[in-house]
Amino acid sequence: MKLLTHNLLSSHVPGLRPGGGFPLRIEAAEVRVRPVPFNAAFVSRLVPRLRWDALREAAESLGRPSELPPEPTPGYEDDEEFLRRLHHVLLEVEVLEGSLQCPDSGRRFPISRGVPNLLLTEDEA
Amino acid sequence: MKKLKLKELESCLQQVDTFENPKLLLEQYPTRPHIAACMLYTIHNTFDDIENKTIADLGCGCGMLSIGSAMLGAGFCVGLDIDADALEIFNSNIEDFDLTNVNMVQCDICSLSDSMSDTFDTVIMNPPFGTKHNKGIDMIFLKTALQMAKTAVYSLHKTSTRQHIQKKAAEWEVKMEVLAELRFDLPASYKFHKKKSVDIEVDFIRFSAKKVLN
Repeated sequence: MKLLTHNLLSSHVPGLRPGGGFPLRIEAAEVRVRPVPFNAAFVSRLVPRLRWDALREAAESLGRPSELPPEPTPGYEDDEEFLRRLHHVLLEVEVLEGSLQCPDSGRRFPISRGVPNLLLTEDEA
Repeated sequence: MKKLKLKELESCLQQVDTFENPKLLLEQYPTRPHIAACMLYTIHNTFDDIENKTIADLGCGCGMLSIGSAMLGAGFCVGLDIDADALEIFNSNIEDFDLTNVNMVQCDICSLSDSMSDTFDTVIMNPPFGTKHNKGIDMIFLKTALQMAKTAVYSLHKTSTRQHIQKKAAEWEVKMEVLAELRFDLPASYKFHKKKSVDIEVDFIRFSAKKVLN
């Protein structure tokens, strides 16, 4: 699971407050960093829709606290260094084993071989 | 990025591994490489909804549509499916093709509701048709897809359900365009199929997400 995926996911345990279940807290047991071809246009397009605080928090939880500024730097479209750092955090860092915890219900969802499992049991759904 | 020709895309997709033991209840059958390639090529060339876009593939199975999207230059693809066995095959496909911009999530599309609103540019899917013990599942997939997509949803539906879908699309205020009528030869991979394959008529449809209309 890349941190871009994490930024898009929320818990859908029934009965959460509106807008609840986000961000899922990452508990990582195994993390992999793998190079991904850099695409400045794509990363730049993502910036306005990322949930920035959640992304920084996720990076911090993986022991990478200083890789992103508190908010996107103004004029980031032309700031290759910023875009490369963001690219790295979003796409090159992956959680292979661990879990995601719903911030509201406390429910844990396992991540195994890089795939988060958000299935609910019949009782929960 | 090198421009891929339709024939090249199709022959790449022929290398995608598919279900070892298709599950009847999940209506698992692979999207044929020929159909997947034609769909993706149209989405890419006519509508420009793949290159540098974020794409979700609902009910992705072994990942035929996600993998094809990645080959056509998608910025990032996420495949979502309920079945761990299918995702396992998807995972090994990704490794075989050495794709670095695809992720998978195991979840039940029917329980997502609106928890992932506006998260992706494009949704591309071949949903279950709802012909087994799961009537109406095709429409649940479609509704969820429309909530997730910022721009457009591309989907396959039985032609016999077109009127019903048109009615729903009007109700949800989305624009619907049938791009092609296909003949699907569902292989007789299930024991109850007496013939070698069963031909059904399927519409390839583009839905513009409602936000565009507002």
